[in-house]
Amino acid sequence: MSILVVTEQRDGKVKKASYEAVRTAAKIAGEMGTTVTAVLFGADEAAAKGMGGYGAAKTLHIADDRLNLYANGAYVKAVAQAAEKEGSDVVMMPATALGKDLAPRLAVRMDGAVAPDVTDISVDGGDITAVRPVYAGKALIKVKINSAKKVFTLRPNVFSAGEAGGDEAAVEAFAPELGDEDFVTKSTGTSIASGKLDVTEAVNIVSGGRGLQGPEHWQLVEGLAEVLGAATGASRAVVDAGWRPHAEQVGQTGKTVSPNLYVALGISGAIQHLAGMSSSKCIVAVNKDKDAPIFQVADYGIVGDVFEVVPALTEELKNHIGS
Amino acid sequence: MNIFVCVSHVPDTTTKVQVGGDGKAIDPAGVTYILNPYDEYAVEAGLQLKEARGGEVTIVCVGPDAVKETIRKGLAMGADKGLHVVAAEPRDSFGTAKAIADALKDRAADVVFCGRQSIDYDGWQMSGLLGEMLSIPSVSVAAKLDIAEDGSFTAERDIEGGQETITSKLPAVISAQKGLNEPRYPKLQGIMQAKRKPIEDVEPVPYENRVEVLEMSKPPIKEAGKIVGEGPDAVKELVRLLHEEAKVI
Ligand SMILES: Cc1cc2nc3c(=O)[nH]c(=O)nc-3n(C[C@H](O)[C@H](O)[C@H](O)COP(=O)(O)OP(=O)(O)OC[C@H]3O[C@@H](n4cnc5c(N)ncnc54)[C@H](O)[C@@H]3O)c2cc1C
Ligand SMILES: Nc1ncnc2c1ncn2[C@@H]1O[C@H](COP(=O)(O)O)[C@@H](O)[C@H]1O
Repeated sequence: MSILVVTEQRDGKVKKASYEAVRTAAKIAGEMGTTVTAVLFGADEAAAKGMGGYGAAKTLHIADDRLNLYANGAYVKAVAQAAEKEGSDVVMMPATALGKDLAPRLAVRMDGAVAPDVTDISVDGGDITAVRPVYAGKALIKVKINSAKKVFTLRPNVFSAGEAGGDEAAVEAFAPELGDEDFVTKSTGTSIASGKLDVTEAVNIVSGGRGLQGPEHWQLVEGLAEVLGAATGASRAVVDAGWRPHAEQVGQTGKTVSPNLYVALGISGAIQHLAGMSSSKCIVAVNKDKDAPIFQVADYGIVGDVFEVVPALTEELKNHIGS
Repeated sequence: MNIFVCVSHVPDTTTKVQVGGDGKAIDPAGVTYILNPYDEYAVEAGLQLKEARGGEVTIVCVGPDAVKETIRKGLAMGADKGLHVVAAEPRDSFGTAKAIADALKDRAADVVFCGRQSIDYDGWQMSGLLGEMLSIPSVSVAAKLDIAEDGSFTAERDIEGGQETITSKLPAVISAQKGLNEPRYPKLQGIMQAKRKPIEDVEPVPYENRVEVLEMSKPPIKEAGKIVGEGPDAVKELVRLLHEEAKVI
């Protein structure tokens, strides 16, 4: 009955995108007269109870050391067993690297289907309908899943997690039945640059393009990003030139982002770049060409040289944020 | 090695998408179709594996007759043959995967490559769907891959802020991410040869879409905002607007 939400933690800390999914599922569950059960792999009891703050009635807490690192076969089995136990036809999870990998296998296991990376979800005459961007955001489709079992992945940073409040979730220890065959495919470790924010998870992003003229000038981008607590992004031109890693590429063949603030420095605004960032809530562009297409989507633009404007902007923001 | 590469036939990235008459899909008029950019990495991965271990590379695509053109692009890069699952009606991801899984079921694939995402419907699902349907492992978004003689392999997949190392074993479905390799360009000779390479047609089992598109729309057009000013002098005003008007700082 309840809507199941698969949540994720890293180093014991639950990801914000998971809280967003719990909160969103709770709204849908409320309208459908049911509740939310969160499934939490790892982390501690406090984190499991804390799901209540975002609207979960219950948390199935899986404390199994074999699942500390991702293993898609085992995760699929665990979530499918949880869904079976809770009688859940609907499963939601954030569209993170893990969620995108897990959701399709899970949907097939449950004999259902996935609506991936949705940016809006609502209850419409008893059915759940979801909106998702296609063609890299150049169009939107409203969809409905017709199979009985439905899996939705929710684009991070789009739904609000709200403030934590309300009752703790009832915590139930859950031990899925798993065998060695479920760990044929498994993660043996991750390498994550510490303290580095990923563009898909960041609230603010500062991106640089070919206008920066070389990797040696990236301290301009990084300096501004630091004042804003932002992640750094890049256009494909600079990634292809080897100035920045592919992980930073924003756009149709990079990452799709929707931060609160997106600052584009020396980026022309090619259609493939816009596809990845035009849903940002506020866009600022600095470009020396007043006719650059980026200004057509920017909320605020400064026509000027990044080498003059960016240091001044960083300084002004330091003063502003400092005061 | 019996290698399969799934490819998808998609509008060129510069396409200005318009909603078609039925209000549920794009208007195909004037659209140029290409081999999905991520599938170039998948084809390259298949070709490199064949070069290292021997065997055969088959390009697989589900769709109407027009997709043969995209299969030929894979053949021009160097694949041996094509498998066209002839589906006139558009299928959702599940139905596409089902058609491929049915076609591959008795073909003893050692490895199935696909792209991380098809740039039309941006599903990011195929490797997981196919892996589960074929009851074999799947690894998605692989930016590095190392397959040992015994079929065990290590892949690095991109995750938020870094990489995750995955170990698994063949047969498996692996979706390719940029960085996996440098796709080769088809040479003139390859393009000529591709015309003569065999493409087998198979009919899929009829299927009713599980994910129903109710409507397609264009996102609200973002209006061009304001040019705050020119050069560093505009910075003070920009910061004021970000704080007072946009309220983002
Ligand atoms: C299949 C395909 C997929 C693609 N996918 C992506 C993608 O995912 N992401 C992406 O970004 N692109 C993508 N592209 C590439 C895209 O078409 C553009 O080539 C790319 O976005 C351009 O990057 P850029 O804006 O940094 O460089 P340019 O277009 O060269 O723009 C540089 C800008 O900097 C300005 N400038 C120069 N000097 C200064 C200065 N001193 N101060 C201020 N401004 C300055 C110039 O006026 C110019 O507007 C893709 C292309 C294809 C064909
Ligand atoms: N119609 C299709 N025929 C064959 N392979 C496909 C088709 N659609 C998608 N794929 C494969 O699945 C990958 C991921 O697509 P998707 O999950 O639809 O984003 C693509 O990169 C292709 O390798």
